[in-house]
Amino acid sequence: MNNKSFINNMFHKNGRALGSIGYFILLMAIFFIGAPEAWIRPNLHQSVFVMMPTLIFLTIPLVFLVASGEIDLSFASTYAVAAYVFALLVKIGIDPGICFVAGLLTGAAIGALVGTLIVVFRLSSLVASLGVLFLLRGVILLLTNSRSITIMQVENHWIYPLLVGKFYGFPMQIFWAAIFIIFCYYFFNKHVFGIHIQHVGDNSVSAEQMGINVNAVKIKAFMFVGVGAALGGMFTTMITYTFFPTQGFGYLLLALAAVFVGGTPYWGGLGTIIGAVFGVGVIAYMEVGIIAIGWSGEWRQFFNGLIILLALLGHRLHGERVR
Amino acid sequence: MENIIQLDKVTKKFGGITALNKASLHVKKGEVVGLIGDNGAGKSTLIKTLVGVYSPDEGHILIRGKNVNSWNALKAREAGIETVFQDRALTPQQSIVKNIFMGKELRYPFGFIKEKEQIKEANRLIREIGFTSNLINADSPVGNLSGGERQGVAIARAIYNNAELIVLDEPTNNLSLNETQKVFDFVLNVKKSNRSVLFIGHNIYHVYDISDRFVILDRGEVVHELNKRSVSSPEELMKIMRETIVRH
Ligand SMILES: Nc1ncnc2c1ncn2[C@@H]1O[C@H](COP(=O)(O)OP(=O)(O)O)[C@@H](O)[C@H]1O
Ligand SMILES: [Mg+2]
Repeated sequence: MNNKSFINNMFHKNGRALGSIGYFILLMAIFFIGAPEAWIRPNLHQSVFVMMPTLIFLTIPLVFLVASGEIDLSFASTYAVAAYVFALLVKIGIDPGICFVAGLLTGAAIGALVGTLIVVFRLSSLVASLGVLFLLRGVILLLTNSRSITIMQVENHWIYPLLVGKFYGFPMQIFWAAIFIIFCYYFFNKHVFGIHIQHVGDNSVSAEQMGINVNAVKIKAFMFVGVGAALGGMFTTMITYTFFPTQGFGYLLLALAAVFVGGTPYWGGLGTIIGAVFGVGVIAYMEVGIIAIGWSGEWRQFFNGLIILLALLGHRLHGERVR
Repeated sequence: MENIIQLDKVTKKFGGITALNKASLHVKKGEVVGLIGDNGAGKSTLIKTLVGVYSPDEGHILIRGKNVNSWNALKAREAGIETVFQDRALTPQQSIVKNIFMGKELRYPFGFIKEKEQIKEANRLIREIGFTSNLINADSPVGNLSGGERQGVAIARAIYNNAELIVLDEPTNNLSLNETQKVFDFVLNVKKSNRSVLFIGHNIYHVYDISDRFVILDRGEVVHELNKRSVSSPEELMKIMRETIVRH
């Protein structure tokens, strides 16, 4: 093996992730230079650490789905449905551990339904999941009468310190997000599930001819997105002790932005978990960093937009889709 | 001799088009069957039905004499049938090694992939086929390869599993003379090890050289079957083919 092709391959395999790491470092440098005193205050990073795990749970499964050639918007509502199921069951006195599993199953079930709908009827995943996004949100608002649910009682159950407590001051949700990242990295790159997703998103006809069940793979990817959304919703609900019916909506565009800023191209077949983590970092720090350097919140949207466009140009620079 | 696989009066329609009309075909152990016919005759549809990519509208598929139900591409591969499809069935953004093992990855328990072993095997196969230049390693994406090299990847995949039956759909299209010879060598090797090949082509000379038996397909129907013994030259085969098609 000669050196040049080795470097080319390295770049091919990791270039997209490297791009998003570059964005992250650049952003950190700008914020640090812009507001060094705000940057060394720990509470700035703490608010990022509340937001980041949730975004990780939402964004990384989306990388799987986008790599499979589909997209989902409904996750932002699935987030609330799973959290609602969790909060409601906790409220009526069921063991929160069981409620947590029920929330995960809810997420998986919604993902399976959305995926099946899209795959079986050959619907556009963008439009169909947009429909489901509104539909489920409507259901939640109707069921709850737009009222929130408070579940202070979770604090007394073992699940609270385990999932969202503090371990010598270290927030446990960061630990679980890290475990999730490692698990997903292997799941995407070294497991049949991830490999089949990449084949399916790359060329579904080829995958089908080689005996891969394309529809099953896609439905599983939608289910994984549902599970991620449920994790995000339940973690947030536990951290704040409150389910509120509009929750999750604010993450819709942020999680999608994180996927693409993270270096996963929109056309399917490719994806990067490491890139997505840094994509989440960029988006999460953008949310707090703009304020920290003394600009008004309105600039956040402006810069989020700018960075998405830069990410797209990055895809272009990295090369066209090979066929 | 045992039939590895048999199609029994299979019909396949695409909307209004009848791509296969009560087509029957069998392949015996150790035999090379050449399937010939014009463009659009239904050759690719026939083999895709045979290997479970399409499900037939009518008729049966028999594997080693037994009727199969809910036949699909995975079951076909598990039954020892490997196919080099006309479109090569590759995923160009993925690496050579991932393509070679697509759908039949070497796995640890719980579905994790034996990456090192796959790379080792892929490199061995690439060398064995001799299609690719030394600059290319198993990690490079298939999209960077030439047409002949991509073909090599598709063939390497078919070789790896030691299949009982290898189906080759127009394998010599767009290949150089040297590469074509390699495909022939490969077919002869398979035959020598008493396994079977179903070889599809519209280049009669290619099909003639390596087949033991010919099946002529026209507009979805099997119109003629003949043994190599009863044909003396590719020209005669060509003449027979023209005549049967005109009469049909
Ligand atoms: N997936 C498909 N959808 C619709 N029509 C098809 C499809 N595949 C093949 N056909 C049609 O069936 C006929 C046979 O095609 P094919 O099997 O590819 O022929 P050959 O391989 O002999 O050239 C052609 O008329 C072709 O247009
Ligand atoms: Mg064909």
